[in-house]
Amino acid sequence: MIQDAARDAAEDIARRSYGKLVAYLSARTRDVAAAEDALAEAFAAALADWPANGIPQNPEAWLLAVARRKAIDVARRRRTGEEQAGHLQMIHDEVEAAAAGASDIPDERLALMFACAHPAIDAAIRAPLILQTVLGFDASTIASAFLIAPATMGQRLSRAKNKIREAGIPFRVPEREELPERLDAVLAAIYAAFAEGWTDPAGTEARRRNLAEEGIWLGRLVVSLMPDEPEALGLLALMLFAEARRAARRDANGEYVPLADQDTPAWGAVMIDQAEALLRHAGTMNTVGRYQLEAAVQSAHVVRRLTGAADWAAIEQLYDALHALTGSPVVAINRAVAVGETEGPAAGLAQLDALADDARLADYQPYWAARATLLARTGDTATAASAYDRAIGLESDPAVRRFLQARRSALEN
Amino acid sequence: MQYLLMIYNNEAGTAAAPAEGVQKMNAAYLAYTEAMNKAGVVRGGNRLRPTSEATTVRVKDGKSQVLDGPYADTKEQLAGFFLIDVPDLDAAISWASKCPGASTGTMEVRPIWQMSA
Repeated sequence: MIQDAARDAAEDIARRSYGKLVAYLSARTRDVAAAEDALAEAFAAALADWPANGIPQNPEAWLLAVARRKAIDVARRRRTGEEQAGHLQMIHDEVEAAAAGASDIPDERLALMFACAHPAIDAAIRAPLILQTVLGFDASTIASAFLIAPATMGQRLSRAKNKIREAGIPFRVPEREELPERLDAVLAAIYAAFAEGWTDPAGTEARRRNLAEEGIWLGRLVVSLMPDEPEALGLLALMLFAEARRAARRDANGEYVPLADQDTPAWGAVMIDQAEALLRHAGTMNTVGRYQLEAAVQSAHVVRRLTGAADWAAIEQLYDALHALTGSPVVAINRAVAVGETEGPAAGLAQLDALADDARLADYQPYWAARATLLARTGDTATAASAYDRAIGLESDPAVRRFLQARRSALEN
Repeated sequence: MQYLLMIYNNEAGTAAAPAEGVQKMNAAYLAYTEAMNKAGVVRGGNRLRPTSEATTVRVKDGKSQVLDGPYADTKEQLAGFFLIDVPDLDAAISWASKCPGASTGTMEVRPIWQMSA
């Protein structure tokens, strides 16, 4: 029982403090791997010590003190001569300073996240790197969530940490003029983690579902550390809007339910209210960006819970603005769908036709599904059927495939 | 930390540039070098003669093999370098982006291997 309590306490602290301690230990040395190793040993020591001797008054300071001894050992093994002396002195001073004001270990997780999402780090590894360093996920858990072989993920993570150390990537929040671009990379990494979790609609894969929750947790962390960055607020709002609709995406039989047919009471009202408040706060800062616009699109969809209909005119305008900002063909498809609602299916189709030359869309399911839906509404059943066939052939989710097949069969009636 | 900023450019393009363009480019490099000197970050640097004047050497089985030409045939060639000493990669990237070569080709930023004392 005591053992369980100590274990729970250690795990609780791991959850709350891990990233903070990694950030603190690695911020000066830039040696993330050494900080992680030292902390892993410190947490192991805590699990051995606390059940016998009780949980210390300041567990973070206790962990830091043990981690410091381990970090010094690691540094001894890795470095030699003058360089080592400087390195050790730096660790020593930092940890002493922290122990003096033990309750107030400075929170440098933001600086750590900016290092992990530095432009010199491969964009594909930024999200896994943040999950590992800030949340303490092991490489195999991250690998399974991102559908990559664990050994490959491990190698990529250690290569990235090596680059941070040896290439001199700084641990700092960038200056004002470069902040928007650099913050965007941090937000993109967080959104990538969230999206990995969100793409498991059935919610059967616990690891991936957790990833969506961890994405939101990281989003909250950034907002708590940078409360007046409109795009950070926008991203958190976007993730909350999406998460609120998680359960509604499937019916009781596990069948796919498109957004327009979702049962609004099944949406998470508390999360939606939070998202709306965040979006309003972001709006007061008068700097529009991608995440705020995407969150606003979500807001215009979920307004249906109050008014009985999505605000398609607003959705069309928001996609116009997003398209001007990103030029993304995916946004253009969504805008065409919105036009299909505001001006009718023929107008929507005309917009899709304008995209037909983009080779990237030839194997993009949402393009064909949007085409099929609009064609069906114009009464062009034969062309709609062949568009549905393309969409069905490109869909990997069996529930969505069944849904598209049902729509296609309905054409014939 | 010390970084080597390597300037990669299309040699053929440089060779074909009109005299006026060459003059402008030289002036830009002069100003850039001056700015780095004033900031006290530069530790060395030079322009290289074209790769047509390069010679490759390797020793195999104790015998030197000497070949005409550069190590690798690439679209852009190493045209020059600067060695700088700055606090971190962001500072190195900032200097690299100011180099005239960044607008005409590609800059590669490489940290110098720190030898232990």
